[in-house]
Amino acid sequence: MTDISSEISHNWASSNARSRISRRYRRDRWLRNTGVGAIVVAMGLLGILLTSLAFTGYVAFTTTKVKLEVFLDPAKVDRNEPGKASYRNLVREAFLANFPELKKRKNKREAIKILSSGAQYILRDKVMDEPELVGQTISVLLPLSDPFDQLYKGVVPRRINALARNRIASFESLKQRGLISVENGSSYLSLAIVVGPAILKNPKRGPLKKIMRRAFAELFSGETGRVNYKILSRDAVKILQARIRKDVNFAGDKLQVKLPISPIYDALNRTGKAEKLNPRFKSEKVLDLFDALVTRGMIASPFSWELFVNSDSRFPELAGLAGAFSGSLLALLVCFLISFPVGISAAVYLEEFAPKNKFSDFIEVNINNLAAVPSVVFGLLGLAVFIGFLGMPRSVPLVGGLVLALMTLPTIIVSTRAALKSVPPSIREAALGVGASKHEVVLHHVLPLAMPGILTGTIIGLAQALGETAPLLLIGMNAFIPSIENVGLLDPATALPTQIFTWGDSPERGFVSRTSAAILVLIGFLVTMNLLAIYLRQKFETKW
Amino acid sequence: MTGDNIEPIDEIQTDGFAFPAELPIKIKSRNVDVSYGDKQALFGVDLDIPANHVVALIGPSGCGKSTYLRCLNRMNDVIDIARVSGNIELDGVNIYDDTIDVVELRARIGMVFQKPNPFPKSIFDNVAYGPRIHGIANDKAELEEIVVTSLQKAGLFDEVKDRLGDSGISLSGGQQQRLCIARAIATRPEVILMDEPASALDPIATAVIEELIDELRQNFTIVIVTHSMQQAARVSQYTAFFHLGYLVEFGDTEAIFTNPTDKRTQDYITGRFG
Ligand SMILES: Nc1ncnc2c1ncn2[C@@H]1O[C@H](COP(=O)(O)OP(=O)(O)OP(=O)(O)O)[C@@H](O)[C@H]1O
Ligand SMILES: [Mg+2]
Repeated sequence: MTDISSEISHNWASSNARSRISRRYRRDRWLRNTGVGAIVVAMGLLGILLTSLAFTGYVAFTTTKVKLEVFLDPAKVDRNEPGKASYRNLVREAFLANFPELKKRKNKREAIKILSSGAQYILRDKVMDEPELVGQTISVLLPLSDPFDQLYKGVVPRRINALARNRIASFESLKQRGLISVENGSSYLSLAIVVGPAILKNPKRGPLKKIMRRAFAELFSGETGRVNYKILSRDAVKILQARIRKDVNFAGDKLQVKLPISPIYDALNRTGKAEKLNPRFKSEKVLDLFDALVTRGMIASPFSWELFVNSDSRFPELAGLAGAFSGSLLALLVCFLISFPVGISAAVYLEEFAPKNKFSDFIEVNINNLAAVPSVVFGLLGLAVFIGFLGMPRSVPLVGGLVLALMTLPTIIVSTRAALKSVPPSIREAALGVGASKHEVVLHHVLPLAMPGILTGTIIGLAQALGETAPLLLIGMNAFIPSIENVGLLDPATALPTQIFTWGDSPERGFVSRTSAAILVLIGFLVTMNLLAIYLRQKFETKW
Repeated sequence: MTGDNIEPIDEIQTDGFAFPAELPIKIKSRNVDVSYGDKQALFGVDLDIPANHVVALIGPSGCGKSTYLRCLNRMNDVIDIARVSGNIELDGVNIYDDTIDVVELRARIGMVFQKPNPFPKSIFDNVAYGPRIHGIANDKAELEEIVVTSLQKAGLFDEVKDRLGDSGISLSGGQQQRLCIARAIATRPEVILMDEPASALDPIATAVIEELIDELRQNFTIVIVTHSMQQAARVSQYTAFFHLGYLVEFGDTEAIFTNPTDKRTQDYITGRFG
């Protein structure tokens, strides 16, 4: 024994040993740094996502409003039946009172568009809540319509570029060839046109336009793409005709003319910019009216709870998430009530009771596969079974919850089984050793110890279900819910992710920020749920 | 198991040893084979455990002591790959018979495991758990009485009397072992199986446990696995020596330690292997 230690001795000082040690340390560092790198990348991407969402979404947490003095004329509003009055007119009059200079009906109609179409309902709700206000002049904050809301928040510009980039490029190429000149403050294009004798005799506009366009097109003969005839002013033919009529006997048959170019290109040539009024706004005049309101200090954009308390609306400035909240909540409730007990029972049976054989292996493989099935498939299943076969109504949280439960079940089963497996067998033996029966072992000892893991798995499963969109779309849980008066398991509903989907698909500019804000709210929910999972795990975890 | 194999068990005839004729036998085992999957761990063990005595199981590590012990309260049922065959009778009744209620059997045969395994519950609940599920105590006072006496007998009460509500896991290894002993005796079993109950204990606590074992012998039958020859000599009246899955020798403790008949027993006792 003793000579072994002297025979196999290790020289820790040898260069070989030293380099081995430093190699090992290098690998330690490498492993650690890779991990740190991975975390930095993941956090960075998450950070980018959240900041971009926050930047687009934060404006949705405020609503631009105008402060109006409204006289609740008792002649128009009945104190006993305040619901019957025409609030549309009240709001209209109160708003137009700020612009006595507007006389024409058309102008008035345009001006009123500054206000949200839903403004009248806000006034109505206020008066219905407090009928004693009738007879007084009250000051109310009414939301603006989407374009002005977005304009005030600086999301959309007043003017936009009038020309696409390729159009500007085609014009620039003319300019570079020295064909564009400015005379008397407007721009002209020099064009050489071949005018045949027939047309010279009878210069009609139709044929003239044809040869003019042909000559223009020749300027771009080497280039691909469509010829941008819009550069030429509409008057160009007229000018050409006048020119020919004035001087029929020009030398040769090639006529060198300077033709006017269209106003937009003229502006581009002279100012370097080609802008036009943002088509969201009807006219420059309305914008002036709006500016007047701003200068009078009647416009403000305060933080508002509307995003949370309002239901969906066609008008983005009024749309809120209340309907989606309630739908998601109900669907999640159904999902939890089904998947939690069923999942735990299945997992307990598989883990604690089922004999280990081919059949239980088969079931295990199937459950693991189920966890990986795309959610769309569950949606189709729900559509076919619950709605098609069982005849349940479409769009309702009950069916949504059932479908989500199908999706969540495998997650819960798998995580519960893992949690049960991690309970040390010695605890089972201890309980069996004092004569506990199977159910006592499971209910008194194993399940309580596995609970933190089970809850974590369940909450993660539910969080997944909360964000699930495709199956809900398939069963139609993206209904338009303008009020939350009818909320129930069997009432049509929408959910947070489907609401995001719907808003994301809407053309109004205001829905862009609403969508981002809704995503932020959804992420907030997910974070809360995951924090809850961590809290529960720490609270119930057994320290060994 | 051997439902078809219930024959009357004949008297043990291990190398000429015989119990005194009047001695009642609590547990009889005949021809017990155990295998874990393909690996056989016990080969035809014939062993009788007399009532109100202490039987020590000794032998080198891995020889099957724990395996045999676990046959006696059917703990091997829990291990999927374990297969047990042969006959084991408790008070003349085959414990592997289909009509036997395992829960009741385990309540009657308590066990202290090789590794301390208290429940992650309070000290009180650890001890009270068995009596509670079996309905041994009629009221709260009785339950408390059982818990206190069990803890006292296990020599733990003085250390934990002020913190019965603390988690059983917060105790030291040796305290946990004594807690497990208290838990086992709280259900008032007839037989107590102890798998190295003193392996994590200091000499003083060991002495307490050994005293306890001696005292328990008045009412209980005890089978104890130990690696300490001295402990076996001190606490047991009979000793069984296992080797590589075989019961090599069984007899009076004194005879085994002073005058073993088998060469392997002799080698083991004198420390030549194991
Ligand atoms: N759960 C099991 N699965 C597979 N083999 C097992 C299992 N338990 C025990 N064995 C095997 O059975 C044999 C006997 O084990 P056992 O635990 O009875 O030994 P032991 O005598 O108690 O040893 P020790 O003194 O080290 O506790 C060993 O070879 C062991 O590897
Ligand atoms: Mg052992």
